[in-house]
Amino acid sequence: MAVEKEKLYRVHLMVCAGTGCVSNHAFEIKEALEKEIKRRGLEKEVKVVTTGCNGFCERGPLMVVQPGNIFYQMLTVKDIPYLVEEHLLKGRPVKKLMYQPPEEKTPVPVLSEINFFKKQVLVALRNRGLIDPEKIEDYIARDGYKALVKALTQMTPEEIIHEVTISGLRGRGGAGFPTGLKWQLVRNAISPDNEKYLVCNGDEGDPGAFMDRSILEADPHSVIEGMLIGAKAIGATQGFIYVRNEYPLAVKRILIALDQARYYGLLGHDILGTGFDFDIRVVRGAGAFVCGEETALLASIEGRLGEPRPRPPYPAEKGLWGKPTCINNVETWANIPVIIDRGGKWFASIGTATSKGTKVFSIVGKINNTGLVEVPMGITLREIIYDIGGGIPGGKKFKAVQTGGPSGGCIPAELINLPIDYESLTAAGSMMGSGGMVVMDEDTCMVDVARYFLSFTQDESCGKCTPCREGTKAMLDILTRITEGKGTEEDLGLLEELADTIKEASLCGLGKTAPNPVLTTLRYFRDEYIAHIQDKKCPAHVCRSLNVYKIDPQICFEKGHGCDVCRRNCATDAIIGSKGEAHKIDQTKCIKCGVCFDVCHFGAVKVE
Amino acid sequence: MPKLTIEELEKLREEARKTTFIREQGQFRAKINVHMGTCGLAAGARHILNAFLQEIEKRGLTDVLLTTSGCAGLCSREPMATIEIAGQAPVKYIDLTEKKVEEIFEKHIQGGEIVTAYALGIGSEKTDLS
Repeated sequence: MAVEKEKLYRVHLMVCAGTGCVSNHAFEIKEALEKEIKRRGLEKEVKVVTTGCNGFCERGPLMVVQPGNIFYQMLTVKDIPYLVEEHLLKGRPVKKLMYQPPEEKTPVPVLSEINFFKKQVLVALRNRGLIDPEKIEDYIARDGYKALVKALTQMTPEEIIHEVTISGLRGRGGAGFPTGLKWQLVRNAISPDNEKYLVCNGDEGDPGAFMDRSILEADPHSVIEGMLIGAKAIGATQGFIYVRNEYPLAVKRILIALDQARYYGLLGHDILGTGFDFDIRVVRGAGAFVCGEETALLASIEGRLGEPRPRPPYPAEKGLWGKPTCINNVETWANIPVIIDRGGKWFASIGTATSKGTKVFSIVGKINNTGLVEVPMGITLREIIYDIGGGIPGGKKFKAVQTGGPSGGCIPAELINLPIDYESLTAAGSMMGSGGMVVMDEDTCMVDVARYFLSFTQDESCGKCTPCREGTKAMLDILTRITEGKGTEEDLGLLEELADTIKEASLCGLGKTAPNPVLTTLRYFRDEYIAHIQDKKCPAHVCRSLNVYKIDPQICFEKGHGCDVCRRNCATDAIIGSKGEAHKIDQTKCIKCGVCFDVCHFGAVKVE
Repeated sequence: MPKLTIEELEKLREEARKTTFIREQGQFRAKINVHMGTCGLAAGARHILNAFLQEIEKRGLTDVLLTTSGCAGLCSREPMATIEIAGQAPVKYIDLTEKKVEEIFEKHIQGGEIVTAYALGIGSEKTDLS
């Protein structure tokens, strides 16, 4: 792996190669750019650089032209010849490929002027879009491994822990345990042979969450550097990165990064000639959700079945192979170099009284700007959903947001001004979790949402303890019954009773938090449960077995002239009528599949 | 140079910055804007652009930014470039050749002394990057 001397180019085209853009053909864009640049004889002036996730996934494939910070979006291979000719050959940025906010007449050329990016504060994602994650030199150019030098040469382990403690950093994986305190516990723990371990938890499993994946893909060295600093602080010589095998790009980039770090002697023996030894191994998880729980994760690294065990003893005391082990999440590790470099006080100046710094969220669901954002703690839900997220598509009403994945809960629209931090989310019945945010609009049925998340946790329950194994199954049965219109009024009380027991008696975090989506929807949307049970109606028309489809004869005849499309598409011959006359649905044959509703061009099919 | 010492890491950082600095949004000591309209291109602006690029690379500078823009309006005197030292009025140079670029770079950008023989004038338009 010899290092070639880099040439100076006048332009770097930073093409986003995060998973989102890659699946939108970013690599084809890159090839087309390189081909066109060559054809135009610009190959000595312009370089194409692939970066990690830029964050604005909704608008991919993305490219930023530097210098100038000119942001191009939704590129296609077809656009490339024109783009190269205009912008790179003639120096005229191409307006039609820039981002144009809805309801505005002119596009916004510069990335930092776009609302999606304006309110973000990048700490963990400080290098996103600015480096090639497969080149350690790019990371080093942006002050990479500077904090490591400081930690190895100017700081004692106690001073490192002190800095992390005063930063107020708390675990970004979900529970929010103070990181400095955890490090202190592991440092103090006694190991018979002095061996201690360090683990990076990258087993991200929440539906709709991709914070850890993006960090590993976009800036793997920030995690490696964080772990190196942590290793010195707690006295470990071996670390592990546990990452899902379903994240092939993340696995690839972290392996490249580890090789490069070893090549330069930033991992291994006698790091930077300071006498400090540390190395990292990658362990690939098979995708069991429960392995994100720390004791199950440790079992999985040891090669055992990924099942949790009771705590205490906590991993800080008895972790991997019985040795004291420090486990932190990907995002937590990525914050460490900045805290050491800029100081804990600086980090603590961002955020709220109890939650310091920034938090990365993935915003998905019914939102205009799907993507990855990093915002200061204490930002309101409104700012995230409307200012950054651009609001709800199709002019629909915002109904709720699920935070913290299946372990979290839903926050209703009434709480839109809620400042987001660990405590406020817990008080609202949800939790910070790892940072997934699933936005829901008025067309979402909250009973169905609760049923979905519970079916997820029920499926992922490892089955070791009865409350979680049997309890989630019983709750799921009740919820399914309610969505089918077979619920009774006693069911709500029973759900709450089961939820309390599961929370109280389950062995690990998976079970302890599994009832949260049900409890929060019961708390904020009880009327929807009651509508399902008493009126046998689904107000959002999502639960199909409660829907009744009817054809408005007047609309069908006058607007559609009895077009007959619905009858031809009906799988059960439930629609009566022939071309030119108003149609009708035979309710005894209708299976409520909704196809007639979807195919009618005239809005004649109604749901009740 | 595998197995870095701390000094070598700092050196590597400095080297790496010489090619990646153009991605940063910071302040630059000087900005060179080569006008690349059809007129400029026809008169050889591409060679002028590359000559400036080589001057920056040769010296390993990380505080001089090279950009391009369209026609500056005085098509008969192309190739043209505007040089702006931070805090000073921009200067337009006309009828450029690679040889003149060398001299302008040395005297104006490095030495702070405007090469009046090749300059059209001082002031007026600024680059759109600030």
